[in-house]
Amino acid sequence: MPMHSPEFLAGQESGMMKEKKMNKVRSIKTPLTEEVITSLNAGDMVLLSGEVYTARDVAHRRLYESLLKGEKLPVDLSQTVLFYAAPSPTPPKKVIGSIGPTTSYRMDFFTPKLIESGLRAMIGKGNRSPEVVEAIKKHKAIYFGAIGGIAALMSQSVKKVELIAYDDLGPEAIRKLTVINFPLVVINDFQGNDLYFSEQRKWRI
Amino acid sequence: MDTETKARSTLRRINTKRVTKAVKKLFIEANTVLGEDVVGALRHALSREESETGKQVLQKIIENADIACRKKMPICQDTGLAVVFVELGQDVHIVGGELHAAIEEGVRQAYNEGYLRKSVCDPFTRKNTTDNLPAIIHVDIVAGSRLKIIAMPKGGGSENCSAAKMLTPSAGIDGIKKFVLETVSSAGANPCPPIIVGVGIGGSLEQACVMAKKALLRPVGEQNRVDERVEQIEKELLESINNLGIGPAGLGGRVTALAVNIEMMPCHIASLPVAVNIQCHVARHKETIL
Repeated sequence: MPMHSPEFLAGQESGMMKEKKMNKVRSIKTPLTEEVITSLNAGDMVLLSGEVYTARDVAHRRLYESLLKGEKLPVDLSQTVLFYAAPSPTPPKKVIGSIGPTTSYRMDFFTPKLIESGLRAMIGKGNRSPEVVEAIKKHKAIYFGAIGGIAALMSQSVKKVELIAYDDLGPEAIRKLTVINFPLVVINDFQGNDLYFSEQRKWRI
Repeated sequence: MDTETKARSTLRRINTKRVTKAVKKLFIEANTVLGEDVVGALRHALSREESETGKQVLQKIIENADIACRKKMPICQDTGLAVVFVELGQDVHIVGGELHAAIEEGVRQAYNEGYLRKSVCDPFTRKNTTDNLPAIIHVDIVAGSRLKIIAMPKGGGSENCSAAKMLTPSAGIDGIKKFVLETVSSAGANPCPPIIVGVGIGGSLEQACVMAKKALLRPVGEQNRVDERVEQIEKELLESINNLGIGPAGLGGRVTALAVNIEMMPCHIASLPVAVNIQCHVARHKETIL
Protein backbone atom coordinates (compact mmCIF):
# COMPACT_ATOMS: atom_id res chain seq x y z
CA MET A 1 0.00 0.00 0.00
CA PRO A 2 1.59 3.33 -0.99
CA MET A 3 2.20 5.85 1.77
CA HIS A 4 -0.11 8.48 0.29
CA SER A 5 -3.04 6.15 -0.43
CA PRO A 6 -6.34 6.86 1.31
CA GLU A 7 -6.26 3.40 2.91
CA PHE A 8 -2.87 4.08 4.46
CA LEU A 9 -3.86 7.53 5.65
CA ALA A 10 -7.01 6.06 7.17
CA GLY A 11 -4.77 3.48 8.83
CA GLN A 12 -2.67 6.28 10.30
CA GLU A 13 -5.73 7.57 12.10
CA SER A 14 -7.35 4.37 13.23
CA GLY A 15 -5.72 2.10 15.78
CA MET A 16 -7.80 -0.83 14.53
CA MET A 17 -6.58 -0.37 10.98
CA LYS A 18 -3.01 -0.19 12.14
CA GLU A 19 -3.25 -3.40 14.09
CA LYS A 20 -4.75 -5.14 11.07
CA LYS A 21 -2.03 -3.80 8.82
CA MET A 22 0.64 -4.96 11.28
CA ASN A 23 -0.72 -8.48 11.36
CA LYS A 24 -1.00 -9.08 7.63
CA VAL A 25 1.69 -11.59 6.77
CA ARG A 26 3.16 -11.80 3.30
CA SER A 27 5.44 -14.52 1.93
CA ILE A 28 8.48 -13.30 -0.01
CA LYS A 29 11.43 -15.04 -1.64
CA THR A 30 15.08 -14.19 -2.24
CA PRO A 31 16.66 -12.65 -4.20
CA LEU A 32 14.72 -9.57 -3.19
CA THR A 33 14.12 -7.52 -6.33
CA GLU A 34 13.60 -3.77 -6.32
CA GLU A 35 9.98 -4.48 -7.14
CA VAL A 36 9.54 -6.56 -3.98
CA ILE A 37 11.47 -4.14 -1.78
CA THR A 38 9.51 -1.11 -2.94
CA SER A 39 6.23 -2.94 -2.35
CA LEU A 40 6.97 -3.35 1.35
CA ASN A 41 6.15 -0.79 4.03
CA ALA A 42 7.36 -0.37 7.58
CA GLY A 43 5.16 -2.59 9.74
CA ASP A 44 4.58 -5.27 7.12
CA MET A 45 5.06 -8.75 8.49
CA VAL A 46 6.79 -11.13 6.10
CA LEU A 47 7.81 -14.75 5.94
CA LEU A 48 11.08 -14.84 4.05
CA SER A 49 12.19 -17.94 2.17
CA GLY A 50 15.42 -18.44 0.27
CA GLU A 51 19.01 -17.67 1.13
CA VAL A 52 20.39 -15.28 3.71
CA TYR A 53 24.03 -14.73 4.70
CA THR A 54 25.16 -14.32 8.29
CA ALA A 55 27.63 -11.50 8.95
CA ARG A 56 28.26 -9.51 12.09
CA ASP A 57 30.96 -7.37 13.65
CA VAL A 58 34.30 -8.66 12.37
CA ALA A 59 32.88 -9.93 9.07
CA HIS A 60 31.55 -6.42 8.44
CA ARG A 61 34.95 -4.89 9.07
CA ARG A 62 36.50 -7.34 6.63
CA LEU A 63 33.89 -6.72 3.92
CA TYR A 64 34.32 -2.97 4.41
CA GLU A 65 38.10 -3.10 4.24
CA SER A 66 37.96 -5.30 1.14
CA LEU A 67 35.70 -2.75 -0.52
CA LEU A 68 38.12 0.07 0.33
CA LYS A 69 40.98 -1.93 -1.16
CA GLY A 70 38.95 -2.79 -4.25
CA GLU A 71 39.17 -6.52 -3.54
CA LYS A 72 36.57 -9.05 -4.66
CA LEU A 73 34.12 -9.90 -1.88
CA PRO A 74 33.25 -13.48 -0.92
CA VAL A 75 29.57 -12.66 -1.56
CA ASP A 76 27.75 -10.71 -4.28
CA LEU A 77 26.24 -7.96 -2.16
CA SER A 78 23.59 -7.06 -4.74
CA GLN A 79 22.13 -10.57 -4.49
CA THR A 80 22.54 -10.87 -0.74
CA VAL A 81 20.30 -10.56 2.29
CA LEU A 82 22.65 -9.98 5.22
CA PHE A 83 21.55 -11.45 8.54
CA TYR A 84 23.32 -10.00 11.57
CA ALA A 85 23.75 -13.24 13.42
CA ALA A 86 26.13 -15.90 14.68
CA PRO A 87 24.57 -19.25 15.55
CA SER A 88 25.39 -21.46 18.49
CA PRO A 89 27.33 -24.61 17.42
CA THR A 90 25.51 -27.29 15.46
CA PRO A 91 24.93 -30.44 17.53
CA PRO A 92 25.25 -33.83 15.80
CA LYS A 93 22.41 -34.67 13.38
CA LYS A 94 21.11 -31.10 13.50
CA VAL A 95 21.09 -28.52 10.70
CA ILE A 96 22.12 -25.65 12.95
CA GLY A 97 22.21 -24.61 16.61
CA SER A 98 20.10 -21.75 17.90
CA ILE A 99 20.10 -18.61 15.79
CA GLY A 100 18.65 -15.14 16.02
CA PRO A 101 19.50 -11.52 15.32
CA THR A 102 22.20 -9.51 17.06
CA THR A 103 21.88 -5.75 17.64
CA SER A 104 22.28 -3.92 14.34
CA TYR A 105 23.73 -0.54 15.33
CA ARG A 106 27.22 -2.02 15.64
CA MET A 107 27.16 -2.60 11.89
CA ASP A 108 26.04 0.99 11.18
CA PHE A 109 29.54 2.32 10.59
CA PHE A 110 30.07 -0.15 7.73
CA THR A 111 26.55 -0.35 6.32
CA PRO A 112 26.32 2.79 4.10
CA LYS A 113 29.42 1.64 2.20
CA LEU A 114 27.95 -1.84 1.79
CA ILE A 115 24.65 -0.37 0.53
CA GLU A 116 26.54 1.88 -1.90
CA SER A 117 28.23 -1.28 -3.13
CA GLY A 118 24.98 -3.11 -3.86
CA LEU A 119 23.54 -4.43 -0.58
CA ARG A 120 19.78 -4.02 -0.46
CA ALA A 121 18.45 -6.10 2.41
CA MET A 122 19.44 -6.57 6.05
CA ILE A 123 18.02 -8.49 8.99
CA GLY A 124 18.79 -7.57 12.60
CA LYS A 125 17.28 -6.01 15.68
CA GLY A 126 17.26 -2.47 17.02
CA ASN A 127 17.59 1.04 15.63
CA ARG A 128 19.79 2.11 12.72
CA SER A 129 21.76 5.34 12.49
CA PRO A 130 20.49 8.31 10.45
CA GLU A 131 23.32 7.59 7.96
CA VAL A 132 22.07 4.04 7.42
CA VAL A 133 18.45 5.18 7.03
CA GLU A 134 19.62 7.80 4.53
CA ALA A 135 21.49 5.14 2.52
CA ILE A 136 18.40 2.88 2.68
CA LYS A 137 16.30 5.70 1.19
CA LYS A 138 18.83 6.72 -1.43
CA HIS A 139 19.39 3.20 -2.75
CA LYS A 140 15.93 1.73 -2.12
CA ALA A 141 17.10 -0.83 0.39
CA ILE A 142 15.23 -2.42 3.30
CA TYR A 143 15.90 -3.30 6.93
CA PHE A 144 13.95 -6.15 8.49
CA GLY A 145 13.67 -6.77 12.20
CA ALA A 146 13.64 -10.23 13.71
CA ILE A 147 12.62 -10.88 17.31
CA GLY A 148 15.68 -11.21 19.51
CA GLY A 149 15.98 -14.08 21.95
CA ILE A 150 13.76 -16.63 20.20
CA ALA A 151 16.69 -18.47 18.68
CA ALA A 152 15.51 -22.03 19.30
CA LEU A 153 12.26 -21.22 17.51
CA MET A 154 13.96 -19.40 14.62
CA SER A 155 16.40 -22.23 14.06
CA GLN A 156 13.44 -24.41 13.02
CA SER A 157 13.15 -22.28 9.85
CA VAL A 158 16.73 -23.01 8.79
CA LYS A 159 16.95 -25.94 6.40
CA LYS A 160 20.57 -25.81 5.24
CA VAL A 161 23.84 -24.16 6.28
CA GLU A 162 26.96 -23.64 4.18
CA LEU A 163 30.19 -21.99 5.29
CA ILE A 164 31.06 -19.24 2.80
CA ALA A 165 33.97 -17.20 4.17
CA TYR A 166 36.11 -16.15 7.13
CA ASP A 167 35.91 -19.54 8.82
CA ASP A 168 38.69 -18.43 11.19
CA LEU A 169 36.05 -16.26 12.89
CA GLY A 170 34.24 -19.31 14.27
CA PRO A 171 30.65 -18.34 15.07
CA GLU A 172 31.18 -14.99 13.31
CA ALA A 173 32.04 -16.56 9.92
CA ILE A 174 29.85 -15.81 6.91
CA ARG A 175 27.41 -18.68 6.40
CA LYS A 176 24.73 -19.12 3.78
CA LEU A 177 21.48 -20.21 5.38
CA THR A 178 18.63 -21.64 3.38
CA VAL A 179 15.52 -20.60 5.24
CA ILE A 180 11.82 -21.28 4.91
CA ASN A 181 9.27 -18.85 6.29
CA PHE A 182 11.68 -16.79 8.35
CA PRO A 183 9.39 -14.50 10.42
CA LEU A 184 10.39 -10.83 9.97
CA VAL A 185 8.88 -7.38 10.15
CA VAL A 186 9.85 -4.37 8.03
CA ILE A 187 11.49 -1.79 10.33
CA ASN A 188 12.91 0.71 7.82
CA ASP A 189 11.30 0.59 4.39
CA PHE A 190 12.76 2.01 1.17
CA GLN A 191 11.20 5.37 1.96
CA GLY A 192 13.00 5.53 5.29
CA ASN A 193 9.92 5.07 7.49
CA ASP A 194 10.82 3.72 10.93
CA LEU A 195 8.54 1.21 12.63
CA TYR A 196 10.22 1.40 16.05
CA PHE A 197 9.73 5.16 16.09
CA SER A 198 6.10 5.12 14.97
CA GLU A 199 4.99 2.19 17.15
CA GLN A 200 6.76 3.23 20.34
CA ARG A 201 5.38 6.75 20.04
CA LYS A 202 1.89 5.29 19.80
CA TRP A 203 2.20 3.52 23.16
CA ARG A 204 4.14 6.17 25.07
CA ILE A 205 2.24 7.70 27.98
CA MET B 1 46.32 -30.96 68.98
CA ASP B 2 48.16 -27.96 67.60
CA THR B 3 46.13 -25.06 66.23
CA GLU B 4 46.68 -26.02 62.62
CA THR B 5 45.47 -29.58 63.10
CA LYS B 6 42.43 -28.36 65.00
CA ALA B 7 41.59 -25.89 62.26
CA ARG B 8 41.94 -28.59 59.62
CA SER B 9 39.60 -30.93 61.48
CA THR B 10 36.78 -28.33 61.53
CA LEU B 11 37.15 -27.51 57.84
CA ARG B 12 34.84 -29.13 55.32
CA ARG B 13 36.68 -30.41 52.28
CA ILE B 14 35.27 -29.86 48.82
CA ASN B 15 37.10 -31.29 45.86
CA THR B 16 37.56 -29.10 42.79
CA LYS B 17 36.22 -31.95 40.62
CA ARG B 18 32.81 -31.40 42.21
CA VAL B 19 33.07 -27.70 41.50
CA THR B 20 33.88 -28.27 37.81
CA LYS B 21 31.04 -30.74 37.42
CA ALA B 22 28.56 -28.41 39.11
CA VAL B 23 29.58 -25.38 37.04
CA LYS B 24 29.29 -27.35 33.80
CA LYS B 25 25.80 -28.54 34.68
CA LEU B 26 24.66 -25.07 35.76
CA PHE B 27 25.75 -23.34 32.55
CA ILE B 28 24.14 -25.93 30.29
CA GLU B 29 20.93 -25.80 32.32
CA ALA B 30 20.86 -22.01 32.53
CA ASN B 31 21.24 -21.73 28.77
CA THR B 32 18.51 -24.20 27.91
CA VAL B 33 15.92 -23.99 30.69
CA LEU B 34 14.41 -20.58 31.40
CA GLY B 35 13.61 -19.99 35.08
CA GLU B 36 10.01 -20.51 36.18
CA ASP B 37 9.91 -17.00 37.61
CA VAL B 38 10.81 -15.53 34.20
CA VAL B 39 8.31 -17.71 32.33
CA GLY B 40 5.66 -16.75 34.89
CA ALA B 41 6.48 -13.06 34.44
CA LEU B 42 6.26 -13.43 30.65
CA ARG B 43 2.84 -15.09 30.95
CA HIS B 44 1.69 -12.31 33.22
CA ALA B 45 3.05 -9.77 30.71
CA LEU B 46 1.06 -11.50 27.95
CA SER B 47 -2.12 -11.13 29.99
CA ARG B 48 -1.67 -7.40 30.43
CA GLU B 49 -0.11 -6.44 27.08
CA GLU B 50 -2.60 -4.47 24.98
CA SER B 51 -0.67 -4.30 21.71
CA GLU B 52 -1.53 -7.13 19.32
CA THR B 53 2.03 -7.20 18.01
CA GLY B 54 3.33 -7.14 21.58
CA LYS B 55 1.15 -10.14 22.43
CA GLN B 56 2.43 -12.04 19.40
CA VAL B 57 6.04 -11.33 20.39
CA LEU B 58 5.42 -12.50 23.96
CA GLN B 59 3.74 -15.67 22.70
CA LYS B 60 6.77 -16.41 20.52
CA ILE B 61 9.13 -15.79 23.44
CA ILE B 62 7.17 -18.25 25.61
CA GLU B 63 6.98 -20.79 22.77
CA ASN B 64 10.74 -20.44 22.24
CA ALA B 65 11.47 -21.17 25.91
CA ASP B 66 9.35 -24.31 25.59
CA ILE B 67 11.14 -25.49 22.42
CA ALA B 68 14.58 -24.81 23.93
CA CYS B 69 13.69 -26.80 27.05
CA ARG B 70 12.21 -29.75 25.14
CA LYS B 71 14.96 -29.94 22.52
CA LYS B 72 17.75 -29.05 24.96
CA MET B 73 18.80 -26.16 22.73
CA PRO B 74 20.11 -22.75 23.80
CA ILE B 75 17.19 -20.36 24.40
CA CYS B 76 19.25 -17.66 22.68
CA GLN B 77 22.21 -18.07 20.32
CA ASP B 78 24.11 -15.63 22.51
CA THR B 79 24.95 -17.98 25.34
CA GLY B 80 26.80 -15.15 26.97
CA LEU B 81 29.82 -14.27 28.96
CA ALA B 82 30.10 -16.79 31.79
CA VAL B 83 29.48 -14.75 34.93
CA VAL B 84 29.86 -16.73 38.14
CA PHE B 85 28.98 -15.64 41.65
CA VAL B 86 30.55 -17.75 44.38
CA GLU B 87 29.72 -17.68 48.06
CA LEU B 88 32.53 -19.53 49.75
CA GLY B 89 31.95 -20.55 53.35
CA GLN B 90 35.01 -19.70 55.44
CA ASP B 91 35.00 -23.21 56.89
CA VAL B 92 35.42 -24.77 53.46
CA HIS B 93 38.75 -26.15 52.37
CA ILE B 94 39.02 -26.47 48.60
CA VAL B 95 41.13 -29.51 47.75
CA GLY B 96 42.32 -31.14 44.55
CA GLY B 97 43.28 -27.96 42.77
CA GLU B 98 42.59 -24.28 42.47
CA LEU B 99 39.01 -22.96 42.81
CA HIS B 100 39.27 -20.42 39.99
CA ALA B 101 40.72 -22.99 37.57
CA ALA B 102 38.04 -25.53 38.55
CA ILE B 103 35.26 -23.04 37.78
CA GLU B 104 36.81 -22.14 34.43
CA GLU B 105 37.19 -25.81 33.53
CA GLY B 106 33.45 -26.22 34.22
CA VAL B 107 32.69 -23.29 31.92
CA ARG B 108 34.98 -24.67 29.21
CA GLN B 109 33.31 -28.10 29.35
CA ALA B 110 29.80 -26.61 29.38
CA TYR B 111 30.42 -24.46 26.31
CA ASN B 112 32.19 -27.23 24.40
CA GLU B 113 30.07 -30.23 25.29
CA GLY B 114 26.81 -28.32 25.60
CA TYR B 115 27.10 -26.79 22.10
CA LEU B 116 26.98 -23.30 23.54
CA ARG B 117 28.37 -20.41 21.53
CA LYS B 118 31.85 -19.23 22.40
CA SER B 119 31.42 -15.47 22.51
CA VAL B 120 34.62 -14.17 24.12
CA CYS B 121 37.38 -12.42 22.19
CA ASP B 122 40.50 -10.28 22.49
CA PRO B 123 39.37 -6.64 22.78
CA PHE B 124 41.90 -5.41 20.20
CA THR B 125 42.27 -8.20 17.62
CA ARG B 126 38.68 -9.50 18.22
CA LYS B 127 40.13 -13.01 17.95
CA ASN B 128 37.88 -15.56 19.66
CA THR B 129 39.41 -17.29 22.70
CA THR B 130 37.51 -20.42 21.50
CA ASP B 131 36.52 -21.72 24.94
CA ASN B 132 34.37 -18.84 26.24
CA LEU B 133 37.06 -18.08 28.80
CA PRO B 134 37.95 -16.15 30.83
CA ALA B 135 34.88 -16.37 33.01
CA ILE B 136 33.89 -13.38 35.14
CA ILE B 137 34.11 -14.71 38.69
CA HIS B 138 33.01 -12.88 41.83
CA VAL B 139 33.84 -14.55 45.15
CA ASP B 140 32.37 -13.59 48.51
CA ILE B 141 33.68 -15.20 51.67
CA VAL B 142 30.71 -15.97 53.92
CA ALA B 143 30.06 -17.75 57.21
CA GLY B 144 29.57 -21.50 57.22
CA SER B 145 30.90 -24.56 55.48
CA ARG B 146 29.01 -24.51 52.22
CA LEU B 147 29.91 -23.42 48.71
CA LYS B 148 27.21 -21.70 46.70
CA ILE B 149 27.72 -21.30 42.97
CA ILE B 150 25.52 -19.13 40.76
CA ALA B 151 25.97 -19.39 36.99
CA MET B 152 24.76 -16.43 34.98
CA PRO B 153 25.31 -16.45 31.22
CA LYS B 154 25.07 -12.77 30.26
CA GLY B 155 24.30 -11.73 26.69
CA GLY B 156 26.22 -8.93 25.01
CA GLY B 157 23.30 -7.02 23.52
CA SER B 158 21.71 -6.07 26.82
CA GLU B 159 25.08 -5.64 28.54
CA ASN B 160 25.99 -3.04 25.88
CA CYS B 161 22.96 -0.97 26.90
CA SER B 162 24.05 -0.85 30.53
CA ALA B 163 25.65 2.19 32.14
CA ALA B 164 27.13 3.59 35.35
CA LYS B 165 27.32 7.19 36.49
CA MET B 166 28.74 9.02 39.46
CA LEU B 167 25.92 11.40 40.34
CA THR B 168 26.35 14.27 42.77
CA PRO B 169 24.53 13.98 46.11
CA SER B 170 22.36 16.94 45.10
CA ALA B 171 20.94 14.89 42.22
CA GLY B 172 19.09 12.79 44.81
CA ILE B 173 16.37 10.25 44.14
CA ASP B 174 15.05 12.23 41.17
CA GLY B 175 18.52 12.19 39.60
CA ILE B 176 18.74 8.42 40.08
CA LYS B 177 15.34 7.86 38.47
CA LYS B 178 16.21 10.17 35.58
CA PHE B 179 19.45 8.30 34.88
CA VAL B 180 17.76 4.88 34.97
CA LEU B 181 14.95 6.07 32.71
CA GLU B 182 17.35 7.70 30.24
CA THR B 183 19.44 4.54 30.08
CA VAL B 184 16.41 2.34 29.35
CA SER B 185 14.91 4.86 26.94
CA SER B 186 18.04 5.22 24.85
CA ALA B 187 18.42 1.42 24.76
CA GLY B 188 15.05 1.21 22.99
CA ALA B 189 14.62 -2.02 21.06
CA ASN B 190 18.31 -2.96 21.31
CA PRO B 191 18.45 -5.05 24.52
CA CYS B 192 15.56 -7.40 23.56
CA PRO B 193 12.67 -6.10 25.67
CA PRO B 194 10.81 -6.95 27.82
CA ILE B 195 13.86 -6.40 29.97
CA ILE B 196 14.78 -6.71 33.61
CA VAL B 197 16.53 -3.66 35.01
CA GLY B 198 19.14 -4.21 37.69
CA VAL B 199 20.17 -1.08 39.57
CA GLY B 200 23.00 -0.61 42.06
CA ILE B 201 22.89 2.54 44.17
CA GLY B 202 25.74 3.62 46.45
CA GLY B 203 29.03 2.00 47.35
CA SER B 204 31.81 2.84 44.94
CA LEU B 205 31.90 2.81 41.15
CA GLU B 206 32.66 -0.93 40.92
CA GLN B 207 30.44 -1.87 43.86
CA ALA B 208 27.45 -0.14 42.27
CA CYS B 209 28.06 -2.20 39.10
CA VAL B 210 28.34 -5.48 41.04
CA MET B 211 25.15 -4.65 42.97
CA ALA B 212 23.34 -3.90 39.70
CA LYS B 213 24.34 -7.29 38.36
CA LYS B 214 23.46 -9.10 41.59
CA ALA B 215 20.08 -7.37 41.53
CA LEU B 216 19.37 -9.36 38.34
CA LEU B 217 19.62 -12.59 40.31
CA ARG B 218 16.56 -11.77 42.39
CA PRO B 219 13.48 -13.80 41.38
CA VAL B 220 11.39 -11.74 38.95
CA GLY B 221 8.45 -10.16 40.72
CA GLU B 222 10.09 -10.04 44.13
CA GLN B 223 10.57 -6.51 45.51
CA ASN B 224 13.48 -5.26 47.62
CA ARG B 225 12.55 -6.37 51.13
CA VAL B 226 15.38 -4.64 52.96
CA ASP B 227 14.37 -1.03 52.46
CA GLU B 228 10.83 0.30 51.92
CA ARG B 229 12.19 3.42 50.19
CA VAL B 230 13.92 1.23 47.63
CA GLU B 231 10.81 -0.88 47.12
CA GLN B 232 8.88 2.31 46.37
CA ILE B 233 11.44 3.47 43.81
CA GLU B 234 11.35 0.03 42.14
CA LYS B 235 7.57 0.33 41.72
CA GLU B 236 7.72 3.89 40.41
CA LEU B 237 10.53 3.15 37.98
CA LEU B 238 8.78 0.04 36.62
CA GLU B 239 5.71 2.13 35.87
CA SER B 240 7.73 4.93 34.24
CA ILE B 241 9.67 2.44 32.13
CA ASN B 242 6.52 0.72 30.95
CA ASN B 243 5.08 4.12 30.08
CA LEU B 244 7.93 4.59 27.59
CA GLY B 245 5.93 2.44 25.16
CA ILE B 246 8.98 0.54 23.83
CA GLY B 247 7.12 -2.74 24.23
CA PRO B 248 8.04 -6.36 23.46
CA ALA B 249 10.88 -6.50 20.86
CA GLY B 250 10.67 -2.70 20.72
CA LEU B 251 7.60 -2.90 18.48
CA GLY B 252 5.49 -0.82 20.84
CA GLY B 253 3.34 -1.86 23.77
CA ARG B 254 2.64 -1.71 27.46
CA VAL B 255 5.30 -4.13 28.63
CA THR B 256 8.86 -2.84 28.31
CA ALA B 257 10.21 -4.23 31.58
CA LEU B 258 9.25 -7.25 33.65
CA ALA B 259 10.93 -5.93 36.78
CA VAL B 260 13.17 -3.26 38.26
CA ASN B 261 15.42 -4.68 40.96
CA ILE B 262 17.45 -2.27 43.05
CA GLU B 263 20.23 -3.02 45.52
CA MET B 264 21.52 -0.21 47.70
CA MET B 265 24.30 0.47 50.21
CA PRO B 266 25.82 3.57 51.82
CA CYS B 267 28.32 5.61 49.84
CA HIS B 268 30.96 8.34 50.26
CA ILE B 269 29.70 11.73 51.47
CA ALA B 270 30.83 13.21 48.14
CA SER B 271 29.21 10.61 45.87
CA LEU B 272 26.05 9.04 44.58
CA PRO B 273 27.13 6.13 42.36
CA VAL B 274 24.40 4.56 40.23
CA ALA B 275 24.76 1.57 37.91
CA VAL B 276 22.11 0.22 35.56
CA ASN B 277 22.57 -3.32 34.31
CA ILE B 278 20.06 -4.26 31.65
CA GLN B 279 19.02 -7.89 31.20
CA CYS B 280 17.14 -9.15 28.14
CA HIS B 281 14.03 -11.32 28.52
CA VAL B 282 16.26 -14.41 28.34
CA ALA B 283 17.18 -13.83 31.97
CA ARG B 284 19.32 -16.83 32.79
CA HIS B 285 20.80 -17.92 36.08
CA LYS B 286 20.99 -21.22 37.93
CA GLU B 287 22.51 -21.99 41.28
CA THR B 288 23.57 -24.87 43.43
CA ILE B 289 25.00 -25.42 46.88
CA LEU B 290 27.83 -27.86 47.50
